[in-house]
Amino acid sequence: MSETTTSTKHVSFLEYQGKYKGILGWILSTDHKRVGLLYLYTMLVFFSLAAILGLLMKLQLIAPGYTIMGPQTYNAMFTVHGIIMIFIIVVPGLPAVFGNFFLPIMIGAKDVAFPKLNLASWWIYIIGILVVLSSQFIGGWPDTGWTFYAPYSFRTPANVLPALFGAFILGFSSILTGINFVVTIHRMRAPGMTWFKMPLFPWTLYATAWIQILATPVIGITLLLTVMERVLGVGIFDPALGGDPILYQHLFWIYSHPAVYIMILPGMGAISEILPVFSRKRIYGYKAIVLSSLAIAFVGYFVWGHHMFTSGMSGRALYAFSFLTFIVAIPSAIKVFNWVSTMYKGSLNLQTPFYWATSFIFVFMIGGLTGLVLGSLATNVHVHDTHFVVAHFHFIVFGGTGYAFMAALHYWFPKMFGRMYDATWANTGWVVFFAGFLTLYLPMFALGLQGMPRRYYDYLPEFHGGNIISSLGAILMIAGALIIIVNLVRSSRHGVKVSDKNPWGGKTLEWETDTPPTLENWDEIPTVSESPYEYK
Amino acid sequence: MSQEKHHIVSYTTHGIVLAVLLLLTAASVAVTRLEMGPLNTLVAMLIAGAKAAVVLIWFMHLKFDNKLYTIFTVLVLVIFLLVMYVTFFDYSYR
Repeated sequence: MSETTTSTKHVSFLEYQGKYKGILGWILSTDHKRVGLLYLYTMLVFFSLAAILGLLMKLQLIAPGYTIMGPQTYNAMFTVHGIIMIFIIVVPGLPAVFGNFFLPIMIGAKDVAFPKLNLASWWIYIIGILVVLSSQFIGGWPDTGWTFYAPYSFRTPANVLPALFGAFILGFSSILTGINFVVTIHRMRAPGMTWFKMPLFPWTLYATAWIQILATPVIGITLLLTVMERVLGVGIFDPALGGDPILYQHLFWIYSHPAVYIMILPGMGAISEILPVFSRKRIYGYKAIVLSSLAIAFVGYFVWGHHMFTSGMSGRALYAFSFLTFIVAIPSAIKVFNWVSTMYKGSLNLQTPFYWATSFIFVFMIGGLTGLVLGSLATNVHVHDTHFVVAHFHFIVFGGTGYAFMAALHYWFPKMFGRMYDATWANTGWVVFFAGFLTLYLPMFALGLQGMPRRYYDYLPEFHGGNIISSLGAILMIAGALIIIVNLVRSSRHGVKVSDKNPWGGKTLEWETDTPPTLENWDEIPTVSESPYEYK
Repeated sequence: MSQEKHHIVSYTTHGIVLAVLLLLTAASVAVTRLEMGPLNTLVAMLIAGAKAAVVLIWFMHLKFDNKLYTIFTVLVLVIFLLVMYVTFFDYSYR
């Protein structure tokens, strides 16, 4: 792809000794790669915590009635599980880890545009996490669900304020990362890298960054208004004071639906990187994928109302939101067609990243198609607030973002750590995880259609069978996750060393740097002369 | 990748912009005395929007910068207005 490559032996960013040593060399480093890994390690810790909470909830639901916890604990469990998974894991997700690590390298830059701001974003992220978790020690965990719906969020005796304020702080981290990426992409692309010669992962980061910048302030203001409502009783959302609780839902979802695209778009970008490499074939419809990313980012702003079909909105607004929801399915489907067409007649290389990428398409399609059931007014009324929604949501957010994250991690792992993971254990982990995932979430579609509501610690006896299967699936999936995590953590220290710059045969710029990359990635900024994915 | 030229706005222009902003501020106070029903909010928003536009164009140098910035600013404004429109679309038909 480029005319310049580096070949001399350099000190990798992992071994580089700067002004500070030890852990300070990490938490005070402005190197984009170290910042990316800081996010990765933080997310690993909190993902483990939230996954344990999820497992405990499924164990509670393995039988009707009190199994291991009562209703108040269950309410706190799903609230904290949701807050951690959404605000701490999947919203920062791929941009914070792989965006930070690979965006500058993939566009031929030495770092992001504002390295200090980048490190500040991570620190703000940590402060936000600490504020969210402080609720446990000053009044107990909140019980509102991660959506903090009015008027319950300012009436509940549980301590909601730290969670609200923590989510507000986390939003700042997201905005600053977005600003950094937009400026980096505009100003720091390598010579010759025109917009349509830029790889697809940076393209999706770009679309995502704009959503982060424009939509996140809305949730920030909304959460602050809720804090004011709870502390001062200003009467914006509280119907008892003349406020409108549906306005809260509008404001909350004006951010939180685009946030789904913050989560999924970079995942789509990572999949678009992986499939051409493991199909040994040029990506099918490069420009269609770029434009569909921008279309998703744009249309995604106007579909939030489908979360509110039963809230009491006007009939005309319902029609409008339903129509727009169907429209946003089109660019998503374009991407799926392009990915499948990329694999068609390709020389498929069946490695772990490829398994994750193809299973991403499978689960994302199930999530997407069940989304149409929820986008349609008539069917939404029947399945609203049932386990059908929970299943759909997890197929999209966990199945989409989670699988793409795992695909990206297995794809870029040798470049990040200079070591290769054990492929047998990686594939075993994928099989167990995939089987567990389907066993956990597929029965929840059936449970939802049968009428089992979400967010209850108890249920009627007729839902018992589906819940047993689902809970067993949760155990299986956690076992798969453990295999994967142990394999990757162990391999990052003891895996076989990779000296090859390009172990997968990729065509994008990150495969032309040293493995692992040096502090500033390049001795000389490369000059780009070809489009990415030029497999001959 | 692009390089902009520095542009220094004259004191006269700054003075005119300041005068316009003060006039618009006076106007936004004055219209509160008029009874226009729901249009009161619209008029207040229009005056505030005009003030923001003046600040963006001259004080924040949008007029003299790369046109890309103008395009993005307008695009962001369009998205904001559409979000507002869609929200109030619900309220107007309840």
